[in-house]
Amino acid sequence: MLLHLARKSLGNRLLTSLLTALSIGFSVALLVGVENVRTGMRESFSNTISGTDLIVGSRGGSIQLLLYSVFGMGTPVANIPYDTWKAYDEHPAVSWTIPYALGDSHRGFRVIGTNESFYEHYRYRGGQSIELAEGRPAEGVFEVVLGAHVATELGYGLGERVAVTHGMSAVGFMNHDDLPFEVVGILESTFTPVDRAIYVTLEGISAIHIGWESGAPPMPGQGMAAEEVRALEEVPVTQITSFFLGAEQRVLTLQLQREISTNEEVPLSAVIPGVALGEMWRGIGYAEDGLRVVSGFVVLVGMLGMLVSIYTSLEARRREMAILRALGVGPKRIVALLVLEAGMLSIIGAALGIGGVYSGLAILQPWIEGQFGLYIPIGALSGIQLVFVGAVIVLGFLAGLVPAIKAYRTALHDGLSVRV
Amino acid sequence: MDEAPLLCVHARELRFAYPGGPPVLDIPELRIAVGESVFLHGPSGSGKTTLLGLIAGVLKPTPGTLEVLGHDLGALSSPARDRFRASHIGYVFQMFNLIPYLSVRDNIALPVRINAERRRRLNGGIDDAVAAAADRLGIAGLLNERVTRLSVGQQQRVAAARAILGTPELVIADEPTSALDTDRRHAFIELLFDSVREAGSTLLFVSHDMGLASEFERALSLRDLNRSGG
Repeated sequence: MLLHLARKSLGNRLLTSLLTALSIGFSVALLVGVENVRTGMRESFSNTISGTDLIVGSRGGSIQLLLYSVFGMGTPVANIPYDTWKAYDEHPAVSWTIPYALGDSHRGFRVIGTNESFYEHYRYRGGQSIELAEGRPAEGVFEVVLGAHVATELGYGLGERVAVTHGMSAVGFMNHDDLPFEVVGILESTFTPVDRAIYVTLEGISAIHIGWESGAPPMPGQGMAAEEVRALEEVPVTQITSFFLGAEQRVLTLQLQREISTNEEVPLSAVIPGVALGEMWRGIGYAEDGLRVVSGFVVLVGMLGMLVSIYTSLEARRREMAILRALGVGPKRIVALLVLEAGMLSIIGAALGIGGVYSGLAILQPWIEGQFGLYIPIGALSGIQLVFVGAVIVLGFLAGLVPAIKAYRTALHDGLSVRV
Repeated sequence: MDEAPLLCVHARELRFAYPGGPPVLDIPELRIAVGESVFLHGPSGSGKTTLLGLIAGVLKPTPGTLEVLGHDLGALSSPARDRFRASHIGYVFQMFNLIPYLSVRDNIALPVRINAERRRRLNGGIDDAVAAAADRLGIAGLLNERVTRLSVGQQQRVAAARAILGTPELVIADEPTSALDTDRRHAFIELLFDSVREAGSTLLFVSHDMGLASEFERALSLRDLNRSGG
């Protein structure tokens, strides 16, 4: 009976009801949507690298190691001797390693010296591997492969000649202009920091530095021309910066980690990427709490709007209340009627909001992924989302109590006599 | 009085004052027999609204006693008085009797939807009873209309149909004709009489228009009844 009345009453004020439900719908959509974006962000963050069991670098903080080897930020403190890396590469418990030699840049983008193992073993976002959009991996000393973003940003194509700067400044004044590299490949977009780097061989990095051993540019006559380097049978590689490691078996990871961190000859750190990423996310993840707080307030504003709209309708409905009283409807049932109306509005609002998020995602998901590299999964509502939606509905019923109590008082006071 | 007739309303030493206000009602005795049609003349300010509120059980009668259909309303709790009103009393206001967002049909059906006892008194289903009541008051063709499209006269007939649905023992009509023009007043009162009589209900008809008094079995003046003079 009450349900019927509440439904009809809302239907009678269709436009107001619809607008109120819509405003609640928007706030619910924001609340649920922010949660989806959070999940997407966390997932794409923690999937920046996958499939790697350990990242090894010179001794230092795990987040620092993660930053310079995976995210291309900051600089390493020290290098790892080539032989030390090679020893672990051939370790019986180690399946593969990817060496990284850092420290050079080209027009603000990092130059990474690595080997064919990078193209073979590097994984991101649930095991996707590095693919070449064009060309082939760098093999020769003076060959480079560009990350997708670098290629579009700088407008380079295959065959382009590239100079490499020593050090990370965008306008290095000590350009290795005498050693021009050639672009032989361009990577597919990964939406990870991989896109923002330039890849050469380990030998390539070494070649840039021939004559720089003292830390200063080679004196005239001491350096080597590109032709001379090319003429060398083998460019010696003496050190790398860090390496990624895949164990033969997952269970060996901890044992390997202990072994590497306690290496007595070279001070090393080995971190498990998932653990370090989690640590880092906790550090920067507080920003998303801000989003939550904001969307929480938006919900409150939506609720307040509903409260006001029901409250202001009460004056016009005094007559209706008197009729219901004359028909023997108790004041408590009048309270129930108004609370029910508010509850129904918030349920409709919540449904609209959830529907909005799903249809919005269905339409925008590919675009967001293409534009921001942010993959937002479409799935069932998570526990916390259900809690939020439930809370909004409960809050809606509670908000209905405010006008309902006012109506209760009016009904008791007016009785059967309302002068219109 | 040799044989006490069955009383529908029986008030003794009934006094009422709103909290903090002067007494508005002071009635030594009021008797309305079951099945009677009573005209109560009550000009504005005579305590008419208060008396109807008391009889309908919206207001609590203290002190004094007020029995309606043998129930001492002063002894009933507020929810019990609400239930009592729902099952035993039909009420017609001066105007604006109808819930604007319900159809004519739904408006008429309200009392039996709200109260189970009144629903049980129906002979058949709700729809049949609504149709019969509408037929009785000549509004059968309006059942599916929106109430906002009805004329005032039609609205009052819908209100009357609602008041008699489920045959309540007492029908209270509070100035039901004051919004109607003179021709229609008599027609409406005729209809109300007939349907109330058919239902076997008691009718308490309140108006300030003495010209209607002659149509009733008995006419009372609230001014004479009420010692506090409103």
